[in-house]
Amino acid sequence: MNFFAILDQLATADPDVLGRFDSRRAVFKHLGSAARRAALAATPLLVGGLFKKAYAGTNADTPIDILNYALALEYLEQDFYAKFIASGLVPAGAPATAMAKIKQHEDGHVNLLKGVITTLGGTPRAMVQFKQSVFDANKTYAGLLGVAQLLEDTGVRAYKGRAAELVVGASNGLPSSTQVSLLTTALQIHSVEARHAAHIRLLRGQTPWVSNSDDLAANATYSGATPEATTIQSNVDLPTKLAATYSAADVAAAFDEALTPAEVLDASRAGGLIQ
Amino acid sequence: MSNHLSSGSQPLEADLDRPLLTPIKRRSFFMYAGATAGATALVLAGCSKSDSSPGTIDVGSGDGGILNYAYALEQLEAAFYAQIKTGTYYTGLATGSAEKQIFDDLALHEGIHRDFLKAALLANSITPLKDLTPDFSTINFNDRTSVLNAAQTFEDTGVAAYNGAGRFISGNAYLALAGKIVSVEARHAALIRDLRTYNTFVASDVVNTFTPSAPAVAGQYAGEGTPNTTPNTQGNGNPGPGQERSKRPPVILQAVNNFLASGSKLSANSFA
Repeated sequence: MNFFAILDQLATADPDVLGRFDSRRAVFKHLGSAARRAALAATPLLVGGLFKKAYAGTNADTPIDILNYALALEYLEQDFYAKFIASGLVPAGAPATAMAKIKQHEDGHVNLLKGVITTLGGTPRAMVQFKQSVFDANKTYAGLLGVAQLLEDTGVRAYKGRAAELVVGASNGLPSSTQVSLLTTALQIHSVEARHAAHIRLLRGQTPWVSNSDDLAANATYSGATPEATTIQSNVDLPTKLAATYSAADVAAAFDEALTPAEVLDASRAGGLIQ
Repeated sequence: MSNHLSSGSQPLEADLDRPLLTPIKRRSFFMYAGATAGATALVLAGCSKSDSSPGTIDVGSGDGGILNYAYALEQLEAAFYAQIKTGTYYTGLATGSAEKQIFDDLALHEGIHRDFLKAALLANSITPLKDLTPDFSTINFNDRTSVLNAAQTFEDTGVAAYNGAGRFISGNAYLALAGKIVSVEARHAALIRDLRTYNTFVASDVVNTFTPSAPAVAGQYAGEGTPNTTPNTQGNGNPGPGQERSKRPPVILQAVNNFLASGSKLSANSFA
């Protein structure tokens, strides 16, 4: 068995495959690509399992898996805002009102997802808590507002990353009326997360949309296989191939991009915020 | 029109399975809708005059129809932000002011969405809708309040429209594409709302804010319509807790047609 050939083929078909292995296997974290492949090749018995795991978040998940993934992120946000509000750092008035409102939405999302999972015959996943050490390390109003921005923008990207799996007509065994319901529910949460993100960004003096000029633009939240700075949509190079000429910055801002589950759960993003 | 397709009081979601009271798998609906234009015309002929929307341009069926629907909405938004620049509200804004920058950016984003969707339609061999002629006669472009109110209407409508169109999309790539645009529209909507009345980025007229006391029921919260602050029950048409409005194409177009000139008014008969 030629593992290098397999991995090369896989990486050609799916450039992110090594990243998927990486995020699931911390042991490979600090290895270069060649060393990573060598390590994989040296452990043939593990490879089958790794393949399964690497793709578990993409095309093998059931609707309940997807809902539980969303629930994990909502739990994370819910706990973060609970801690943020309890810290006493949020100024009274408009900021306190806004955080209470956002928290109320996250509560709603958690209860909603739990209910839907249960009704579909699944088991809601265990609660997820926001990592105390990260919270403490950012424990000022401005610092935690920055964390909130990253959480909300991650949420927007994460929901976007699962929408295609919930397309009505997907082969997941659910009746189409339920498929319509699940997709619409996900979309209705997705746009609310985007509104949250926009408001938090405004509070921080940033543009409401993701921009290369953000103070947090370098954060991994905005990178990934399809980074937020993307300027090609549906094979159309937007700055040069449209009826008018637009700057790369403007076309990137006009589209939000998805993150795969593996990317979201990577330690550099939401994965690093989970207790 | 919907009376011909639904069986009365049942939620509309259930009717998607059987547009003509005949069991048809959801997935084949688009093929069915496209291949039986004659039958559709017959059904339309049975509609009352007010339902058949004489003189409207239909956005079409299938994913191409939804793409053209999105193209229509983006055309309207782009035209609106372009026209803002001709009014004294905008021209009176100080150079370098945040408000001026905002409208410059919004005009660019919507122009990009419009131009991109046209390019995407052409690239997929789908005939784009014609260039629509807007009718913004109800908007006073010299007045800040009038402009901001209209902007809020357009942006909120855009979000509800994409949220409500997702169910009609059958191609993963198109659904992903809609997702990339709708969240930017939601960011715009939140911004305009905050500009108009600070902290209304998620006010209860677009996002439901009640806190449920018990876990929700599947399907219970995928409703449409205007959010309120009381729990909904299945089929009563309200979004669930923390969820935004979602409206289907015909409902959206009813409002949008108020901003389109005669000859540019739209219908979406395949997406009821």
